[in-house]
Amino acid sequence: MAQLTYRDAVAAGIAQEMRRDPNVVLLGEDVAAAGGVFKATVGLLDEFGAKRVKDTPISEQAIVGAAMGAAMTGLRPIVDLMFSDFFAVAWDIVSNQIAKTRYMTDGQVTLPLVIRSANGAGSRFGAQHSQSVENWSMMIPGLKVVAPAFPGDVKGMLAAAIRSDDPVMFFEQKSLYATKGEVPDGEHFIELGKANVLREGKDVTIAALALMVPRALKAADILKAEHGIDATVIDIRSLVPLDTQTILRETAKTGRLVTVEENPRLCGWGAEIASIVAEELFWDLDGPVVRVTTPHIPLAAANNLEDAQLPTPERIVDSVRKLVD
Amino acid sequence: MAGFTARNPQPSISTETRLKLYRTMLQCRVLEKRAYDLFMQNLIKGTSHLALGQEAIAAGFGTAMRSDDYTFCTYRGHNHTLVRGVGMTEILGELMGNSSGLMRGKGGSMHLTSVKHHMMGSYAIIGAHMTIANGAAWSAQYRGTEQVAVCFFGDGTTNIGAFHEALNFAVIWKLPVVFVCENNMYMEYTNIHDVTAVEHPAADRAAAYGLEPVLIDGNDVDVVYRTAHRALDLARKGGGPSLIEAETYRHGGHSRADPGKYRPDDEVKAWLAKDPLPRYRARLVDLGIAVGDIEKIEAETNAEIDRATETARNAPPPPLELADKDVWADGGSAWRN
Repeated sequence: MAQLTYRDAVAAGIAQEMRRDPNVVLLGEDVAAAGGVFKATVGLLDEFGAKRVKDTPISEQAIVGAAMGAAMTGLRPIVDLMFSDFFAVAWDIVSNQIAKTRYMTDGQVTLPLVIRSANGAGSRFGAQHSQSVENWSMMIPGLKVVAPAFPGDVKGMLAAAIRSDDPVMFFEQKSLYATKGEVPDGEHFIELGKANVLREGKDVTIAALALMVPRALKAADILKAEHGIDATVIDIRSLVPLDTQTILRETAKTGRLVTVEENPRLCGWGAEIASIVAEELFWDLDGPVVRVTTPHIPLAAANNLEDAQLPTPERIVDSVRKLVD
Repeated sequence: MAGFTARNPQPSISTETRLKLYRTMLQCRVLEKRAYDLFMQNLIKGTSHLALGQEAIAAGFGTAMRSDDYTFCTYRGHNHTLVRGVGMTEILGELMGNSSGLMRGKGGSMHLTSVKHHMMGSYAIIGAHMTIANGAAWSAQYRGTEQVAVCFFGDGTTNIGAFHEALNFAVIWKLPVVFVCENNMYMEYTNIHDVTAVEHPAADRAAAYGLEPVLIDGNDVDVVYRTAHRALDLARKGGGPSLIEAETYRHGGHSRADPGKYRPDDEVKAWLAKDPLPRYRARLVDLGIAVGDIEKIEAETNAEIDRATETARNAPPPPLELADKDVWADGGSAWRN
C-alpha cells in the first residue's frame, strides 16, 4: 500500500488504464508537456507519447466535442477540462449532445468517455474558478457523476470511469490535490455507485462528498470528543448512480440525517437526498433532514470571506447539535 | 496553404455514376416532397426542416464517399441520411414517430442517425457537430483506417463559436475531415448577408485557418461530386481538412412553420431556374443518355417512395417500454439503487 497524493492518484489511475487499453487517450489544455495546470497528468506524455496524450487549444467546445466523436467511433477519451467552471462554455456538447445521444438514437451510439475537471473552492480562486458544479451534471439524464475525496478512491474510481461505457463526469476537488492517502498497489478498481461508510455512530448520519468528507470526519471527531454525539459519516462518492440503499440504511440506524454539500443551496444534491429520505424513510426519522451547504451566493476570493462561505467542521457540528439536542 | 486544387486532378464521371447521381437526387426530392405532404395530412408531428432544392450537395458527396466514411449533418438532414443508404421507410417512419422509424421514434426528424451506415447523426444545436466530426476524424486518424468524416452545416453556422473552434482544431491536428457549408442564403428567416461580416460566410473565413477558399455551385451535382472526391482524397492521404462552401437555395422556408415569405419573388424565381434536378436531367439528355433510361429511374423512384410511405404509415406506434430504455449502455435508465 503506497502513500500517494490526490493529484498523483489521478495520473496513476489514468496510467493504469492507458497501459491496459490502447484506445484510452487523453486530451486537454496543458495536459501533455506541462503535465496539467494542477500537475495531475505528470509523466503521461513520457510514458504514452504524443499520439495518446494531446495538448489542445483553449477551445472547450472543440475539446469535448472531439472526445464525443472519438468515443462514438471506438476510442475511450479522457478530457481534462481544467476548471469545472469551464463546463459553462462546453455545456451544449455535454448536456445536449453527450448526455442524450444514446437515448435519442435508440441505443445505437455508445459514449465511453470521461470528463475530468478540478471542482470546488478552498483555493481562493474567486467566483469563476471555485464553483462546485457537480449538481449541474446530476440534473442532466445520461451523465454519470462521481467526486472522490481520497487518493485511493481517485485511482479506483477513475479506472471505473474510464472502463465505463457511459459518459462519466469526474470531479476532482482542487483543494484536495496535495492531500495524501493510501492507494492499493497493483491494479485498483472501485465500482461506481457505491457509497462508503467511513465511521459508524448511533446518533446521527452525516452524508458528504469530496472536500466536505474530511470536514465531516473532523466534525464527527469534535462531536464525539466535546459533545458526546456519535456520528456515522458516509462518503457518497458517486451522485449518479446514487447509492440510496446505503444512505437509507445508515439513516434508519441513527434516525437523523445531515447532508454536507459544497454547491450553493438551491438544487444542490443534498436536496435530492433529503427528498428521497423524506419520502422513503419518514416514519423512521427522529427529526428533520438538515442540509449544510454553501449559501446561495457566488464565492469570494479573500481568505476570510471564502472560509465563511463554505461549510466548516464547526458549522457541521452546530447543525448536528441543533438536530440532536 | 493547405488545399486540394493543385494536387488532385478532376475525376471523370462515368455514365453509370451520372445516373446514380440523378437517381440519388431524385430520391431526396421525392422523399422531402412526401415528408411535406405527410405533414399537411397531420401524419408527421413536431417540426421538420426540408432540403428541397439542396439535393445536389447530399447526392454529390454521398456518391463520392467511401461506405465507411462518416457523415455528420444538421437537423436539415433527411437527404444526408438517405444518401448513405438508409431506407425511405426508416426515415419517414422516424418522422411519423412510429416503430418503423430509424430510431423507433426516440429521436425524430432532427436527430436521424444510422451508425451501421456510418451516418453518425443529425445535430439540432448549431455548430456542435463540427466539433464532434473532428473527434470521429481523430479516431480514424488514430486507428489508421483512412476513413474521412464529412460534416455538413448551413451558412448560419459560420457565425457561431463552435465553427471557429472546430476549424482551428481540425487544422492543428491535421484531421481527415471535410467541412461542407451548404449556403442556402438564409439563416432561418434572415438573409445571411445581413448578419455576416464577409460576403461568402465559409469561403471567406478559410484563410483565417490556413485553408484554401473553396466556393462552388452547390446546385451542380457534377461540380459537387468532383469537389467531394478531391477533398476526400486529400483527407484520406493525410493532407488534412478542407472547408467547402456550396451555394444553393432551399425551395421552401426554414422549417414547417415558415412559408419563407421574406424572400423576394425574383430571387426565388431565379433560384428555381437553377433547380439541380431539371438542370441535371437536361445535361444527361445532352450527353446522349437515353430518355428511356432516365424515365425508368423516375418511375422506380416514384414507386419506391409510394411503397415506403405505405409501409411507414401502417407501422404501429413504438412500444411504450422504449420510453425509459437506453439512457445507459446497459440498456436501462436507473440512476439509483
